[in-house]
Amino acid sequence: MSTRSWQNPLRDARDKRLPRIAGPCGLVIFGVTGDLSRKKLMPAIYDLANRGLLPPGFSLVGFARRDWADEDFGQVVHDAVKEHARTPFRQEVWDRLAEGCRFVQGSFDDDQAFDNLAKCVKELDDERGTAGNHGFYLSIPPAAFTKVIQQLSRTGLADQKADEWRRVVIEKPFGHDLVSAKQLNKTVNDVFPEESVFRIDHYLGKETVQNIMAIRFANQLFEPIWNSNYVDHVQITMAEDIGLGGRAGYYDGIGAARDVIQNHLLQLLALTAMEEPVSFNPESVRAEKAKVLAATRPVRPFEDSTARGQYTGGWQGGQKVPGLVQEGGFAKDSITETYAAIELAVDTRRWAGVPFYLRTGKRLGRRVTEIAVVFKRAPHLPFDDSSTEELGQNALVFRVQPDEGVTMRFGSKVPGSTMEVRDVSMDFSYGHSFTESSPEAYERLILDVLLGEPSLFPKNDEVELSWEILDPILKHWATHGRPDPYAAGTWGPTSAEEMLARTGRHWRRP
Amino acid sequence: MIIDLPATTTSQVNSKLVHLREQGGANTIGRVLTLVIVTDDSEKTEDTIDAANYASREHPCRVIVVARGAKKASPRLDAQIRVGGDAGASEVIVLRLYGPLSSEGASCVIPLLLPDAPVVAWWPFEAPASPAKDSIGRLATRRITDSAADRNPPKALEVRAKGYEPGDTDLAWTRLTLWRALLAAALDLPPNERVTAATVSGEADSPSAELLAAWLSSRLRLPAKRVKAKSGQGIVSVVLERKSGNIEIDRPDGAVGTLSQPNQPDRRVALGRRAVRDCIAEELRRLDPDEIYDESLKALNKVDRGGRTATPRKKTETPKKVRAGAGT
Repeated sequence: MSTRSWQNPLRDARDKRLPRIAGPCGLVIFGVTGDLSRKKLMPAIYDLANRGLLPPGFSLVGFARRDWADEDFGQVVHDAVKEHARTPFRQEVWDRLAEGCRFVQGSFDDDQAFDNLAKCVKELDDERGTAGNHGFYLSIPPAAFTKVIQQLSRTGLADQKADEWRRVVIEKPFGHDLVSAKQLNKTVNDVFPEESVFRIDHYLGKETVQNIMAIRFANQLFEPIWNSNYVDHVQITMAEDIGLGGRAGYYDGIGAARDVIQNHLLQLLALTAMEEPVSFNPESVRAEKAKVLAATRPVRPFEDSTARGQYTGGWQGGQKVPGLVQEGGFAKDSITETYAAIELAVDTRRWAGVPFYLRTGKRLGRRVTEIAVVFKRAPHLPFDDSSTEELGQNALVFRVQPDEGVTMRFGSKVPGSTMEVRDVSMDFSYGHSFTESSPEAYERLILDVLLGEPSLFPKNDEVELSWEILDPILKHWATHGRPDPYAAGTWGPTSAEEMLARTGRHWRRP
Repeated sequence: MIIDLPATTTSQVNSKLVHLREQGGANTIGRVLTLVIVTDDSEKTEDTIDAANYASREHPCRVIVVARGAKKASPRLDAQIRVGGDAGASEVIVLRLYGPLSSEGASCVIPLLLPDAPVVAWWPFEAPASPAKDSIGRLATRRITDSAADRNPPKALEVRAKGYEPGDTDLAWTRLTLWRALLAAALDLPPNERVTAATVSGEADSPSAELLAAWLSSRLRLPAKRVKAKSGQGIVSVVLERKSGNIEIDRPDGAVGTLSQPNQPDRRVALGRRAVRDCIAEELRRLDPDEIYDESLKALNKVDRGGRTATPRKKTETPKKVRAGAGT
């Protein structure tokens, strides 16, 4: 990256097809044997190499407790890439990547192992030309963060020098409440300055999520109605149909709100509700997101404005599935919610009076993530009551996944001899086959880490603001009642329906 | 699904498409452009359609293939519509034109162009001397040719340079993207010194090698040297000379490049020759005129083509030896 005032003669702003290849660098992955690493990180790195976006000499170091040699690790990466990569497998590309794979064995409190890691990194600089630029990807349980960061500090691996960068990449959860999040930020910032910290919220790397800003700000059509004069409410939904089998260690005590609402859904809310940034440089965009999050608050009383549930066993999609408390590892009296729905208000002129409903859950009807902006009804309809009985409310829906695209719903005349109006959908669809070829979120994000491009990564103020919004609700839930049961495969507990019915609204069936 | 419409007219083709949309659902929704492929009807046509389908996964489009058939026949238009699985992620309309119709492709294409969407024209093999003045080229915002597929690639490049209009591009240029990205990235790093000389070595008739030398001449404001390599395919090596040492990319086997810079260990990078389908996918990403391509075409006459052949270089050799062959 050219950060100097010297102009590289081979670069020209008009040369739009020239991709930005990261400068020489390497990546160290902690927790490299985990699912995320196998299914997402390693294939993403291969796909970047295949598209020619990784620098020559790029090196990948794995750090884990296994007793592996470099070649064994190389084999693990090879298998993960073969199984999960998005782009076709090419031996020549793989061979170059394999030349840079190294493995360091150790556990997080093993000083010797980290000394070995420092040595390995130095060797890579000498042999592979990684030029002292290294990223450290922490794909590890939150409990281990402090130790690993301390080790990186002790061994000098985190030292920031003028012509070398050292960056840390961390995955959610970013703490489990405001206090722990602040503590975590402090722990990380004590060693890595904020501009070297990259928090992954992989939703921000999705094409469809980035498209929200494109649609809102590139077009004249939508901005005039994007406010409380025309919008009745906004629903943001992230539903999954899978359960929590085998993930009790992570999920019990965390729950759906901390797992999804605090990060993904609040980021989606920020993108939907934010004011237009003056440019797309990272500072401008983040300023608007932080501003809108600072204006967002939960709505009291929480008995009326929130709902939570826990799935019970039953038949879902043709299979018999256990309830949460029957899953292995969960306490029999666990009050961990697997469904969370909350109402938020955004205190700005643009959004005053418009409720934002956020919901997420496991074992719901199907896997879907969408943002629905639902508009008010027309103040006067010149039709007969019977003609518009089936007319709903206009909606603009961003389908984030699956079936990526944008839908507009509006009323249209039913063909026939009477004037009857019914809702129809007008669709822009990437379609499944189109986004097959669009880069995966992790490809985009890892590339941005290597390029030092911060736009798609929430900064510590966004993380803390998100916890400030959620904390009061979590505190209330911890001391009042328990989640309501809902059958696996349905769309949540009846308390969620009642939550919206109080104001005459209803949840969309996505 | 493949539907054949022999001896037909374009209005019948259009009716069929509307009928398919009503019957089969959203097949033609969300297309972002129309890609018109102009070629002679031959066995190579299918490969071309394949490449277009592959690219359409990134850019949903309607593909119209104008396949020129026998000139000495009675005028006839045979159409074939492919949608769904047989068309990748696009819809493909193959128009086979016979007799006097074979040179009237534009008249058959105009009624089938998608409303509101930009048009891209692609000549995978022979291309007109001035694509922008061609009857189909005039309909297009972007015109893609491939000088490497021409009988005499370096001559074809010169023709491109003469007939260039904004919106023209050539796959010989697209094939250079990774090379150019590597060279630019290499120059990003310190020391930030001026490049004093540049040499591109490649196959005798490689238009990409010519264009790379031209681009370097244009950007670095010096006459880059273009030498013919004795062995190796496509571009074999690029050397940028600077006071503190050279930046070199060597690719003797057409697959793996080695990047050498002073005070750095050699780095290997996969640098295979790019397939047509990847080049087309890249070309469809931007439809505005490629000014850098234009400047590179204009710099073709600044390239120093001394006519020497380069001996395969070992790492320790410095390019000064090559330069010692005095004169042009």
